[in-house]
Amino acid sequence: MTDAATNPGAATPRKSSLLTLDDRTRRRNASEARFKAYGITAIAVALFFLIVLLFSILRSGLPAYTTTVADVEFTVTQAQYEEAESQLFKTKAYEQLFIAQLQDQLTESGMQVEFDAAAIERIMGKVGGNIREFYQANPDQLGQPVSFELSSSSRVDGYYKGRVTREGLQESRFLQLSDLDLVDALAEAGIIRQAFNWNFITGADSGVDNPGGAGIGASVVGSFFMMLVVLFLALPIGVAASIYLEEFAPKNRWTDLIEVNISNLAAVPSIVFGILGLAVFIQFMHLPQSAPLVGGLVLTLMTLPTIIISTRASLKAVPPSIRDAALGVGASKMQAVFHHVLPLAMPGILTGTIIGLAQALGETAPLLLIGMVGFVARGYPDGIAAGFVDPNSAMPAQIYTWAARADVAFYEKAWGGIIILLLFLMTMNIIAIILRRRFERRW
Amino acid sequence: MSVMKLTASAVAIAAVSATAAAARDNVQVAGSSTVLPYASIVAELFGENTDYPTPVVESGGSSAGLKRFCEGVGENTIDVANASRAIREKEIKACAENGVTDIIEVRIGYDGIVFASQQSGPAFTAFQPSDIFNAIGAKVLVDGEIVDNPYNSWSEFNGDLPDAEIAMFIPGTKHGTREVFEDKVLLEGCEATGAMEAMMSAGMSEDDAEDACLDVRQDGKSVDIDGDYTETLARIDANTNGIGVFGLAFYENNTDKLKVATMGGISPSTETIASGEYPVSRPLFFYVKKAHIGVIPGLKDYAQFFVADEIAGPGGPLSNYGLVADPELADTQAAVSNEETMGSGM
Repeated sequence: MTDAATNPGAATPRKSSLLTLDDRTRRRNASEARFKAYGITAIAVALFFLIVLLFSILRSGLPAYTTTVADVEFTVTQAQYEEAESQLFKTKAYEQLFIAQLQDQLTESGMQVEFDAAAIERIMGKVGGNIREFYQANPDQLGQPVSFELSSSSRVDGYYKGRVTREGLQESRFLQLSDLDLVDALAEAGIIRQAFNWNFITGADSGVDNPGGAGIGASVVGSFFMMLVVLFLALPIGVAASIYLEEFAPKNRWTDLIEVNISNLAAVPSIVFGILGLAVFIQFMHLPQSAPLVGGLVLTLMTLPTIIISTRASLKAVPPSIRDAALGVGASKMQAVFHHVLPLAMPGILTGTIIGLAQALGETAPLLLIGMVGFVARGYPDGIAAGFVDPNSAMPAQIYTWAARADVAFYEKAWGGIIILLLFLMTMNIIAIILRRRFERRW
Repeated sequence: MSVMKLTASAVAIAAVSATAAAARDNVQVAGSSTVLPYASIVAELFGENTDYPTPVVESGGSSAGLKRFCEGVGENTIDVANASRAIREKEIKACAENGVTDIIEVRIGYDGIVFASQQSGPAFTAFQPSDIFNAIGAKVLVDGEIVDNPYNSWSEFNGDLPDAEIAMFIPGTKHGTREVFEDKVLLEGCEATGAMEAMMSAGMSEDDAEDACLDVRQDGKSVDIDGDYTETLARIDANTNGIGVFGLAFYENNTDKLKVATMGGISPSTETIASGEYPVSRPLFFYVKKAHIGVIPGLKDYAQFFVADEIAGPGGPLSNYGLVADPELADTQAAVSNEETMGSGM
């Protein structure tokens, strides 16, 4: 209590007025202002970090979307094709054919710069795979000139992106200073140019010596099949569990125990689910390794508690009067739940599910143990069933793998992959927000 | 609500997939992160050059890979384990207990281990094994006595080295690289500084003294890196005085950031490693489960493709990436095509 109130007998009159602030009020106001300032500072700090993060992701990741390509027209004859196919290292044979023809073409065109076959080999990426793939698919093109758009080596690409500079170049068997003169000459002749890197968006992973061929497309497909498994398992199981627990189950020690355990499961580190998945799905149930099916099952386990908790919250948010009214007009309990409560709770359930899926989409740790992290370059699965069981990677796993590779060109790919992953996550979160805005009802 | 339908279809999908999963058609590989780059190059080429699907290669370290390799025989276990060291007796025993008895050992080549620091950092250009031992050994010899490592800076025990704080990033114990580092650097250094002799004359048995030599100081001057070389590189990037242990191929891919030091006066390169002059190198292996040959399509072809002259030989893509080609590759090729298992060929 204040001094004034506890000393009613004091002779001094109240000095404060509503128009002038006394010390205490000033202090209270000041503390409120301080608190607001703290809040604004906190938001500013968070925003600053967000901006720094986005800026650095975009700055490091955007270069992954362009690539340096060479436009070359050349011919492979039937005899050369058969000769190359008869070897063990077929792609190398195609590469040699390509280099020899390019060398001849450049010599004919009167290139001013000194060069040899080794220089061309250093400048160009691993092109043999692309060439072989083309002729395997189009044998009728043999013997005719075909124009190819082939990717250059990662260091030449880095030269255009500022990663490799003439001053900082350490001569090595990967690239020499004189090669850059040839690159400049080729660029002037219009043979080497920058292009949008479609292969990065559609392709599969590539070996460590071939960053130009690496793409995230196959792992997007892997993630997609995993999310399908999560959606079709976690949503029905989660919703059924929560409806039972919330609407039908008696409140006793058992249901309390289950409830506590579900909350605990939500806090279990995701790697634990990976270990569980390895032991149960792969070693016990003999499901295939590195398969999106197993990845999806593991992530389902991880996502279930999230979905159950959010579903129960949204079921609780439906007012009891709705249930009472339905029961009052003679509906069975099941009818009340399925006809009235569940539709009203649906926006909340879907929001929770999407948030859970988004969380699962970005998860790497459990995939480490079931063989989805590493070099998984199967390309696209042929068919739906193959999509679930053929080895594949997932987006975060692919990013993690790239970040660990020696060639810095892969580091750029990792950032580029992060941009795609973030786009997916943002889309999912936006869908969740729209669902909530559009269908949520308040009572 | 269609919850029931959803559940039904989900169960149906799971069932269909599970039956489709009956036969694995790809080779499954796991193990050393040092061998991973080579294995991934081979896997990509194998997929491009044959009709078999591209093998899946996982990382995780030699020990982790061999552990998974030894889990048993069957499609749910891996076919090939990559290792940056030879398989140990107790691992062979563990394998045998789980029914993995016939193992084909394949040596793919050699890898150099280099000591590198920041390009613009202090002039760490020449090391001897004794320098590394003095820097990070738990107990070292000072004035004829074995004491807890008192050194804070390199110049304190070797005037030729810069006066920079000791900060070494060495591979963690789950890496095969660690074993080579211990054998070829720490133990050598321990003997060269006379610390080992002093320990033995103080009453330790030879084995105990060797173990004591391999103890690394725990006061933060030496940091175990359990991740990949990229993690070591990141630590070096952040620490001017940092010295990291890398594979030759990794260093050669990052010459713009790292400068390498000579070891025992020899600078590391594929030539000095192949000739055996550079002291810190080790063979790289992969191990094939013989029981899986003929069951997993393409397994033997993968092994043969890996060690073919065109791939693992001089001038091939592996040596181009930094692997030191094995001069006895022809023997390895013969052993692979005859499916010689460990024990039978020796």
